[in-house]
Formats: sequence, structure tokens, C-alpha cells
Amino acid sequence: MNQKTFVGGVHPADSKHDSDTKPIEACPLPEQLIIPLSQHIGAPAEALVKAGDLVFKGQTIAKASAFVSVPIHASTSGQVIAVEPRLHPCGKMLPAIVIEADGEDHWDPSLEGIDPAQWTGDELRQRISDAGIVGMGGATFPTHVKLSPPEDKLIDTLMINGVECEPYLTADHRLMLEQSDKIMDGIDILRRVLGVKHTIVGIESNKPDAIACMAKAGANHGIQVQALEVKYPQGAEKQLIDALLGREVPSAGLPMDIGVVVQNVATAAAVSDAIRLGRPLVERVVTISGPAVAEAKNLRVRIGTPLSFLVQQCGGNKYEVSKIIMGGPMMGQSQLSLDAPAVRGTSGLLLFGEKDLAKIEAGPCIRCGRCVGACPLHLLPATIASYATLGMFDEAEAHSALDCMECGCCTYICPATRPLVQTLRHAKGGILAKRRRS
Amino acid sequence: MLSAVLGLGQIGLVAAIALGWASKKFAVDIDARELDINEVLPGVNCGACGYPGCSGYAAAIVEGKAAITLCPPGGGDVVEHIAEIMGLDANVGEPLLAVVLCQGDNRKTTKKYRYLGLHDCNAASKIAGGPKDCPAGCLGLGSCVASCPFEAIEMTADGLAIINRELCTGCGHCIDICPRQVIRMTPARETVHVLCNSHDKGGVVRKYCETGCIGCNICKKTVPEAYKIDKFLARVDYDHAEHAALAIEKCPPQCIRDFKTAYPESSHFRPEQKQPSATLCAGKDLHG
Repeated sequence: MNQKTFVGGVHPADSKHDSDTKPIEACPLPEQLIIPLSQHIGAPAEALVKAGDLVFKGQTIAKASAFVSVPIHASTSGQVIAVEPRLHPCGKMLPAIVIEADGEDHWDPSLEGIDPAQWTGDELRQRISDAGIVGMGGATFPTHVKLSPPEDKLIDTLMINGVECEPYLTADHRLMLEQSDKIMDGIDILRRVLGVKHTIVGIESNKPDAIACMAKAGANHGIQVQALEVKYPQGAEKQLIDALLGREVPSAGLPMDIGVVVQNVATAAAVSDAIRLGRPLVERVVTISGPAVAEAKNLRVRIGTPLSFLVQQCGGNKYEVSKIIMGGPMMGQSQLSLDAPAVRGTSGLLLFGEKDLAKIEAGPCIRCGRCVGACPLHLLPATIASYATLGMFDEAEAHSALDCMECGCCTYICPATRPLVQTLRHAKGGILAKRRRS
Repeated sequence: MLSAVLGLGQIGLVAAIALGWASKKFAVDIDARELDINEVLPGVNCGACGYPGCSGYAAAIVEGKAAITLCPPGGGDVVEHIAEIMGLDANVGEPLLAVVLCQGDNRKTTKKYRYLGLHDCNAASKIAGGPKDCPAGCLGLGSCVASCPFEAIEMTADGLAIINRELCTGCGHCIDICPRQVIRMTPARETVHVLCNSHDKGGVVRKYCETGCIGCNICKKTVPEAYKIDKFLARVDYDHAEHAALAIEKCPPQCIRDFKTAYPESSHFRPEQKQPSATLCAGKDLHG
């Protein structure tokens, strides 16, 4: 099969075999759900409920506070017991709505599905916004913003991201196998909103069953499915566009600058639910895996379910856990504890023990240039890192430090195990702080 | 041979005349006062005045754009010199010194997680607020040490920044760089400080720090005028701190310290011998 790809990147072991044959299971209802008000890129939502209020599943409990923001919905029916700071996956105490489940799991009766063919693109976009849908690959960028390109930007291609290039994660893989028709329906709705005909679905070639399944489902819709080389970060927006269309997103630009909108397969499925069934984004598929977990699983999880509850559903941990990662191992976020809840961007939960972790002290840079070869954005990570550690942020900016997407290839490939991504993030923070000051 | 000597001589002559003419024609008038001021400034180009180096500050003073009191490393002496040159009144402000308001090194505090990343406080503080359980204490990764133009800050073996009061000039670089705002400017004459920066309640502080302020009010009861309690954290009221030292013995977590007699257990810190004369020493030392 003809496999497309981009220049650069790395080849981490994909470690997907523990969970890629496990069908998606529904995660049971926990007693309490902790739903943070900040689960997306953009302004946090504003709470509409207070302690003591009764809510239905799917009811809007926090409203969007800006254009780049989305509302948040109750993931089950029950009583709000607190609106207070709780441990957020980012490691800080941030405002959250705590709901005690009544066990009934009643959907809000006012939610009704519609037939997208009867509605205009603008109305559909509003519904997608009201349903709180964000990019579900992990970046959680509000979907309605991506679907609202400025008038002067002509969109000619809708790209659907089924790459799932992070090791361990199989949530999108299972979704494509089990719900390909729903994804195709979501794609049709997205095409209607954008007024775009040309659609490509990109899938890494380590998922031949998903490629076959999606190609079959897409045949009736005129949707092309393209196999991609297995390489990280194949699923990053800019690298996906490069691989599939050979177009380059300009520095500091967005895909819409070159006529492309990229959406994740899980986002497409969520769009279908939001329009056909009227159901907002209150659950998502999460892969629970890693060497320390008893049984790896793909679970359909209500937003706000505590991570400890997810681990319980997988039979607990085999041995003592010393690292918890939310998301994939390359770009995921280390967790302080399992008390944090699953949020809209939680694609995975990975548990590692002490023996699974590399414990090599960072050594000096030997100028081997492997980070330069691996950087999918063609930056000079070691050079920018040197400037950043010396506090020379103007020079770091001149070397396009702000283009770094923090994919982690440079840190992964560095033979001296230097924390390059963190240093580049430090550089970006320093540059932006300097801009704010001047 | 001869023609070569003559030829080169002629070229030399023409160049000399041209250069002589150019130096007159394009001469830049420099105010003599600017040179004089540049001479009395410490010459360390620390940037504390907000101008690009000492010469930039000298130019700004002569142009009337800058006050003459903006050079903390220079201290009172330099202000007087500049005032003399400019024919102004020397109104010397109170000299200030930076103090790290924390004693919670790695032995005395607990951690949220093991930090293996970049050796920089600002980078570490972006990861779940930093590895320490205390939300306000010194992170011990030494960003302030690197930022100090006077090498006045050292890091103890247990990871606590300590400011050498003889070398500190009060330039304020460390204050801007610290993500925890744990370094504060205090009057140089005051040597008694509450070395804690956490506003958490006493019970919470006790869980993560052996020596953090628990807001028990005992210092305020002992010397009422010298201490203020703000959200479970005692601070010395530097305007009325005459008898502040009386509370040192009474403080249960021992977070009040007098730099004259003691300093947090540190090998490279000597008790202060004299009242710090801010600052003049720094300029002189650096000039050799």
C-alpha cells in the first residue's frame, strides 16, 4: 500500500497490543463526578449551577464565556454538591462542579436530535458549539472555532485524523472499528458546515483493520482513506497535512491559511451524536494501559470520572505505580495522583512502575544533531535550548522557538537525555512574557 | 624600492589628512558631565536603573530623563557624586537589601513529585506549580543565583537560596526572576525577618514544612508594634521593628531570624559583623 509521510519524526515502540483488540466497554457510573470548568483551550466556562441544584444528564451546567470557549454539561443526573477548586489534571486546584450521581442517569428530556439535511451550516455550527464539542485528539481546541474560517480563507479540504500516533493509545482505533458509520455521518455533517466536498481520512498503517473498515464505510460517502507510515508525530495537524497534501502551514499560521480543516475521528463521532441525537459531549473513549495496569482496556468514560475509578475498572495496578500519565507518553501530562478526573481531552491513562522508568541523568549536549534531524518542524532544538538556558530569549525567538509544538521528538531522541522540550517550552514562556512586558 | 617608499608615504599622508578632517567634521559632542558620571558609576552594567548599562544611565541623567537615585549598586556615595556633578541636591533614599523569606530547604520540606527536568525555577514552577508541596517557598533550583550580577546569592547543599548581605547591592534582579516572589526588598538596616512566605493555614503549613510560619500570633503578642499578621503569615513591620528581635526565641517553628547573630544552618554564611553600609563595598570590590 502506498504510504505517505512527512520529513523528520521518531519511531517509538507503539505498545498498542495490550489494548488494541479490546472492544470499547462502558465504564460504570461512579458515585461522584468532578467536572472542571476548564477542559478546553480558551476561556474557562462560567458555572450556571450551585450546590444543591438537581441536574439532568446533558444539562448545561456552565456556559461559554467567550468565542473561544465552550459550555460544559452534566455527565449524569444527580445533585450538585459543590462548586469549588478541585485537583485538575494540570496539577493545580481549579474550579470544578462536583455532582453526586443519583444512579438514574436520566437524559435531559429537552434534548432532541435533528436531521442535518434540513438545517443550514450556521445552525449546525451553533448546535456543535452548544454541545461543547472540542478537538478530542487531546488538544481540546473548540471545534466550532475551527469550523468558522474567516470569509477570506477558502477551505477546500476536510481532513479527518485517525492516525493515533501516540504509543499505547487505541481509543480512536477501536472507535473506527466499532463506529465507522457514526464517524462517516459526523464527517458528512462537518462537510455540510464547511461546504467542502474533498475529504481525506488519514490512518497509520499499523491499523490495517481500521483502514479497511473506514474505507468500506467511506465508499458510499465519496471519502478517501489514506494509509500513512507509522511514525510519530504523524497525527500532528501540520505533519498530517504535509503528508496527505504536501502543503506547508506557514510559521505562526493555521491549517485554514492553506485551505484545510483537520478534525479528529472521535470529534466527528461526537458531532454526529450532538446533531442526530442532540446529545452534548459528556463522555469519551479512554485507553487505560501501561505496564503497571492489571488489564488494559478501552472504556467509554463519563467526563468527570475520577482516574482512580478507571484504574479500579481495569483490575487495579499490578505493582506500585510511580508515574501516571494522562494522554500518550510523548505529549501526555504527568499526574500528581489518581484523584484528578478524566476530562474532555483525556485520550488515555497510563500507569508505570519504578522499573519501567528510565533513570538516566541528563548529560551535556554533544552536538550530535539528532534533535535537528528528528524535529518535524525543522527547528534547531539544541540551539534554541542553549539560548533559553542562558536567558537569551530574543535569539531563541529569532530561531523560531514559538513554532515548537512540544511534540517531544527531540527529548526522545537525545542520547544525553536532555530535557529539550521543557527547555523549549521555557523559551516560549520567556518570549511571550517579554512580549507582554513591552 | 624608493618608489614604493614614496608611494606608501603619499597614501599615508592622504589618509592622515582625510582622517584628521573627518574627526573634526563628524566629531560627536559629548557632555563632559556624562563622562564624569560614567566614571563614578560602578561600571557593572547591571541594568537595575532600567537603562542599557552605566553609560546609558549617565546619558539619561545628563539629558534630564532619569533621576539620580536609580543606581542601587552605587548606593549613597554615587548619588552624592552625581549630585555634585549635576549641581543638584543629593537626596539619598534608604538603602535596600534583598532577603529570601524562606528557610524550607529540601530537608525541612516535603515534595509533591520528583523533578528531573531543567534546572530552572521558572521552568519547574510551570509543572503543577513546582515540585514542593509549599506553594510559596524557595524552589532551590537557582534561577536567582544565575541572575545576580554581583554573585551575592548562593545555593546551599540542601537547596535554599541565601543572599550574602555584604555583596548584595539591592539591584532587584533576583526579585524579578523568582517565580515564587519569595525574595523581597527590605531596609538594609533591618536584620530581623520572618523567613516564610506561605499564606496557608498553620495546620497545612505544618504538613509540608518544619519551619514555616503557622500564624500563631505569638510574635505579635510579644512585640505588638513590630509584627503584622496577614492571612496566617507574620511579617515584620519595618517601620517599628526596633524590638522585633525579642520574639525570636518565642517563635514555635523558629522562622524569625536575626541576620546579626544567626542564619539558617549554612556552611558558607558568617554572622554579620557590622551594619551593612549597603553598597559601596560592592562597587569598590568590583573595581578592585
